Amino acid sequence: MAMDNDVLLEGRHISRFFGGHQVLFDVDLMLRAGEVHALLGENGAGKSTLVRILAGYLSPTSGEVVMSGEPRRYRSSGEAEADGVVMIHQELALAEQLTVEENIFLGREIRRGPFLDRKTMRAHCRKALAELETDVDPTARVKDLGTSDQQMVEIAKAVTRDVRVLIMDEPTATLTEHEVQVLFALVSRLRKRGVAILYISHKLREIEQIADRVTVLRDGRLVDSGPMQGRSKEELARLMVGREITEMYPARTPVPDDAPHVLEARDIVVPGAVHWASFALRKGEVLGFGGVVGAGRTALIESVLGLRPRSAGQVLRHGEPVTLRHLRDAVRHRIAYLTEDRKAKGLVLNMGLCPNLTLLNLRDYCHPLIDRKQEAQALEEATSRFDIRLRTEALTAAELSGGNQQKLLLAKVMSIDPEVVIINEPTRGIDVGTKHQIYHFIRELTDAGRSVILISSEMGELIGLSHRVAVMCAGVLTGILEGEQINEQEIMQYASGIKGVGVDEHRHA
Amino acid sequence: MSIVMPDSKPIKRGNLPLDLKTWGPFVALIALALLGALINPAFLGLDNLSNMLTRSAFIGIIAIGATFVITAGGLDLSVGSMAAFIAGVMIILMNSLVEQFGPGLTTVLLGVGASLILGLGAGFINGIVTTKGKIEAFIVTLGTMGIYRSLVTYLADGGTLTLDWSVRDIYRPVYYDSMLGIPIPVWVFLCVAVIGYVLLNHTRFGRYCFAIGSNEKVAEYSAIHVDRIKTLTYMFQGVCVALATIIYVPRLGSASGATGVLWELEAIAAVIIGGTMLKGGHGRIWGTVVGAIMLTMIGNILNLTDAISNYLNGTVQGIIIIVAVYLQRASWRKTGT
Repeated sequence: MAMDNDVLLEGRHISRFFGGHQVLFDVDLMLRAGEVHALLGENGAGKSTLVRILAGYLSPTSGEVVMSGEPRRYRSSGEAEADGVVMIHQELALAEQLTVEENIFLGREIRRGPFLDRKTMRAHCRKALAELETDVDPTARVKDLGTSDQQMVEIAKAVTRDVRVLIMDEPTATLTEHEVQVLFALVSRLRKRGVAILYISHKLREIEQIADRVTVLRDGRLVDSGPMQGRSKEELARLMVGREITEMYPARTPVPDDAPHVLEARDIVVPGAVHWASFALRKGEVLGFGGVVGAGRTALIESVLGLRPRSAGQVLRHGEPVTLRHLRDAVRHRIAYLTEDRKAKGLVLNMGLCPNLTLLNLRDYCHPLIDRKQEAQALEEATSRFDIRLRTEALTAAELSGGNQQKLLLAKVMSIDPEVVIINEPTRGIDVGTKHQIYHFIRELTDAGRSVILISSEMGELIGLSHRVAVMCAGVLTGILEGEQINEQEIMQYASGIKGVGVDEHRHA
Repeated sequence: MSIVMPDSKPIKRGNLPLDLKTWGPFVALIALALLGALINPAFLGLDNLSNMLTRSAFIGIIAIGATFVITAGGLDLSVGSMAAFIAGVMIILMNSLVEQFGPGLTTVLLGVGASLILGLGAGFINGIVTTKGKIEAFIVTLGTMGIYRSLVTYLADGGTLTLDWSVRDIYRPVYYDSMLGIPIPVWVFLCVAVIGYVLLNHTRFGRYCFAIGSNEKVAEYSAIHVDRIKTLTYMFQGVCVALATIIYVPRLGSASGATGVLWELEAIAAVIIGGTMLKGGHGRIWGTVVGAIMLTMIGNILNLTDAISNYLNGTVQGIIIIVAVYLQRASWRKTGT
């Protein structure tokens, strides 16, 4: 048992609400000097919220943050950094037009009198980069670097500070295998130096390799915490997701084995994102796509639809090869795509509801001028069919709540009367009631003989709705699970590359 | 994680009985006209009004095209030099056709046709380079602006291109004649405005312009051919420039390196005063029409008074542009965006 004076940063009884929605329930977390503490959990389990509270980006609704035994009330991340608590972000936060060196010292430039002391800064910078075994040039502009080099700069930026607690939120998502090993070596050195490290990752293999202690969050609650030794990957995977989720999902109608393939993709390659992935969608089924964010699911689907370029591969519709160069071609083949980012890609937020609803299929409302009455009628029908709750007419899409935006987006893509519906993260950021409605809607689609591809990071959805689940890891389709295989542990193992076809081979290739 | 929206939030659409965002330009135009009438009663004379509208037609027609480009999130700085270039080519072409066809209608029609084709082509180049080359519209059109300006100077050999007198006699009614008491350029302006209005507000093309200007990604994910639509806006802009040139050439019967200088900025100013947002996503044709008339009106009023020097025309225009946009932004803020 470690002594209490080893504890550096501590969260006690942390709870946090967003609006009326509680995302953290009374969570305790202790970070000890010289220890790597892994934080595990599904998407939306509250990991990011918890670490943002610890690093001063958010304040807890109740509970306290304690640093070296003293309660702290960080009002900004700057105050936490002054205490030596540094966080490396999941999304890169670098100034693109500045050089590596300028970024590393941004906001804490070393000065001699009123002037910048470039010499000293460059020396510090070189040292930090050398420690990371990266050949990044300190004078290079960040925008000219690849994503993994940028991640290295982000890490160098963190370690050049006087760091006592280092929080890493999925640092390896964009790194190559070799860089991951270098990073792990650095983590070991920091650990020896007495730095407390909080490491967030979905990848259980990595956790197994470097964590001393592990904490699992599920739905905002702490479900397990203790030394890594004696805990297995499989057990942790089960702890992360293990919950009863059956009644949320309507029963599935079996798909006959000889059901025709309505959409098929063969050997799709998207440079840097997807390696030789193939799948076939049968009529009347829900084909789930599992894997962590960044595993290449969206890239695969969007390259099939003609939304992004691919370097190899073939797409077949009803067994016939088709060329989809633009989403319009996909629409012509009656394939609808519901994007995962309704605000940035789905809806024109400053436009009204009618124009948003009809945007995908506007030609049906033109004779040849736009028929506003027909549009209004379509909106009326859509609001009742999809249960969109409007506060007043003539709102812009921005004024709808997340759930209603999602329903409007659903109504929009359904306006082309599709045979194949591809749904990407249908329930991100919406409440349970709306989720339930959307699940029933998906089931109605397949019952009506349409076919659905469901990309989701929520295990429950995949398991509750899919007839088959394709799992991806690091751009490789590691396997397509069927029947009894569709359970959380299996999916988690395929998604983290423990099982399935060679992730590593492709990575090195 | 849902971000809870307060469902009971009352929707305020501004406290004023009049929505400044929609009616602001019209109110400003009426106020300016009243001011003009107070300063000099001659302002409201039919001759003065029709003269003023005729003059505003050039900028107005170009600005209607610019409304589409800007609404779709683009910008075209090349329109002024494009007009000069088209005028130059038109004059050279018509002068050389006189020998073949004589100074008849054929010559003029061929000149007009060439003008439209040139406008369409120039717009196409602007559009295709910005979209396929993925270069900012500002840079591309800054480049073509320089190219057309120097081309017309080259064609005129540093001097002035003059239309053959015989052709000018046939062509001049296009600028100087009236129909039903209204000058031809004003008719053209009106027609382009009506077509522009219908196109922007009642067709797919217009709706797509709004969508692309608001959020190009969303447009792409709505199966809109974003590049195609954006190129079409530049082509429409080119046709508008050609039309403006067609009614401009008979006015002076000449073109030089100084033709159409700063027209691009006046056109953009007219668009902005009219309430179209420079960053795209929101455009209004009638606002643009009003904006173009206002810019001419300011010069006209300064001509009619001794209180402010005519040399300060640009100062007054500049102040009006800034104030107009300030008022629009203030009313944006009120509705909470």
